[in-house]
Amino acid sequence: MKQNTLSYKVKQYLMFAGPGTILFLAVVIIPFLYGLYLTLTSWDGVSAVKPFVGFDNFAAAFSDVDYWHAMGRTVIYSAISVVLINVVAFALAYLVTKGIKGQNFFRAGFFVPNLIGGIVLGYIWKFVFNRAFVAIASAISGGSAPSLLSTTNGAMFCLILVSVWQYAGYMMLIYVAGFMSVSADVKEAAMIDGCNSSQAMWNVTIPLMRASFVQCIFLSITRCFVVYDVNLSLTNGEPFNSSVMAAMHVYNQAFTYKNYGLGQAEALILFIVCAVVGVTQVMIGKRGEVAA
Amino acid sequence: MTDNERAARKKKIMNVIMWVVLLIVFICFITPFILVIINVFKTKGDITSNPLALIGEHGFTLKNFPEAMKKMNFWRVFGNSFFITTCATILTIIVSSMTAYVFVRNGKWKFVTLIFSLMIASMVIPFQVLMVPLVSVYGGLLGVLNHRITLILMHVGFSVSMAMFMFHGAIKTNIPLELEEAATIDGCNKWQTYWKIVFPLLTPTIATVAIINAMAYWNDYLLPSLVLKKKELYTIPIATQAFYGTYSTDIGLVMAALLLAMLPILILYIFLQKYIVEGVTSGAVKG
Repeated sequence: MKQNTLSYKVKQYLMFAGPGTILFLAVVIIPFLYGLYLTLTSWDGVSAVKPFVGFDNFAAAFSDVDYWHAMGRTVIYSAISVVLINVVAFALAYLVTKGIKGQNFFRAGFFVPNLIGGIVLGYIWKFVFNRAFVAIASAISGGSAPSLLSTTNGAMFCLILVSVWQYAGYMMLIYVAGFMSVSADVKEAAMIDGCNSSQAMWNVTIPLMRASFVQCIFLSITRCFVVYDVNLSLTNGEPFNSSVMAAMHVYNQAFTYKNYGLGQAEALILFIVCAVVGVTQVMIGKRGEVAA
Repeated sequence: MTDNERAARKKKIMNVIMWVVLLIVFICFITPFILVIINVFKTKGDITSNPLALIGEHGFTLKNFPEAMKKMNFWRVFGNSFFITTCATILTIIVSSMTAYVFVRNGKWKFVTLIFSLMIASMVIPFQVLMVPLVSVYGGLLGVLNHRITLILMHVGFSVSMAMFMFHGAIKTNIPLELEEAATIDGCNKWQTYWKIVFPLLTPTIATVAIINAMAYWNDYLLPSLVLKKKELYTIPIATQAFYGTYSTDIGLVMAALLLAMLPILILYIFLQKYIVEGVTSGAVKG
């Protein structure tokens, strides 16, 4: 059987990679290209004609005040969440790799929030904030306390808290893998050279774990930027649309207000911002990578 | 006391302190779940008057469950979620491992290079960029929404790149070409070689891909909510959202619904905990 004829290649490709390629093209590449076309129209999602408007949607997106407010909010929310997620995750990873009794149980326990979808997590925390915390606050103050979710800053705080809680366990697992990859020999050598344990931590272990940091920060940035499920179930944009994140704004723009073209243009801008931040972070992170 | 003894004692005290810190953090972590569990057995009035009490004034009640199950149509939505997750996971494994196989063994074909690079590049595209055109094409132009099979195929299409990438690495590093050549000499064609030799050797990667994708499919909300608009097709996350929208004031029922939504995966976690933690870690580190 000849192996370099075109018909052999086509047959081989279609037999093995045919289904995968077709599904991939059908749900990723075609919608992506069609989406680029949609940004040039002012389609309402229903009518048969898609009026061609050129770059008007991008102009409209750049002057959409609500969108940029949502974007600014998303950047603030992501920045704070990313820092806290990684600090908490790293601290937890440190504690559960010390050989303490029951550390596997703790590892498994901290991971539990990741098993459950954002919608359910959001409603659980809504109950905690609206009922349990209010009950505690009322008992302390003696009167009736308002819920954190009913104030502008409170709602943001709640979103950040839930995100940290949700993702810390997952990032912890990556940091645990990082801790395990730094061999005990290197740390011992540093101690013999006169480092105390915190110096060994800062100067040996953490630099060797740089890849874990780059990865965790990348994952948390890309997840926080497009947060939707928790946003929908926990705050639903309230109070007074003050907690609408960029992804939710895009959803509403397209599916609630039926501005498909504008919504798609705004989604594309969100993607570009997210990709630029993510890729920059990875490039900065990789530049100083060291190996043992 | 010698220096060694002193150091040993200090280490022991440090360990106890760290254990206590971990325990406190752990309790904070699971408090939300505990609150749901204690309130699910209370009446609506008891939850409102004191959500922190272990047992309500009107005592222990189980009647939130049957009512929530009925109103949420629990077995139906559970069945939908189960069917969609299982089919999509199996298809993802088959489709993406086969794709990876042909990509590894024929990396020099131009079309392979093209599709491979497209798949890798596409992994950074967030779903929000694709959702509007996806609904326009499959809802408006083709009208194939509201079928579970549509959702299953879309799930597979979205995860094929990532899964292919993981299988690609596994085949490239773990499966020697000589093994396949031996099979060919023994009379296997490519198809038989793949299913009899290569696929069985991929078991660890299959487990990782299965765990990561099954969890993602089971918990996904946005894509299913755009594809499945009919009540009888709802998956657990959509049904939870719809249930909350209708019965949010009946807090006892909400508690039961939330617990029911979490329970299947938590039960699974108790039995498969080791595999899930390992699978997620290796998936995250490779990806």
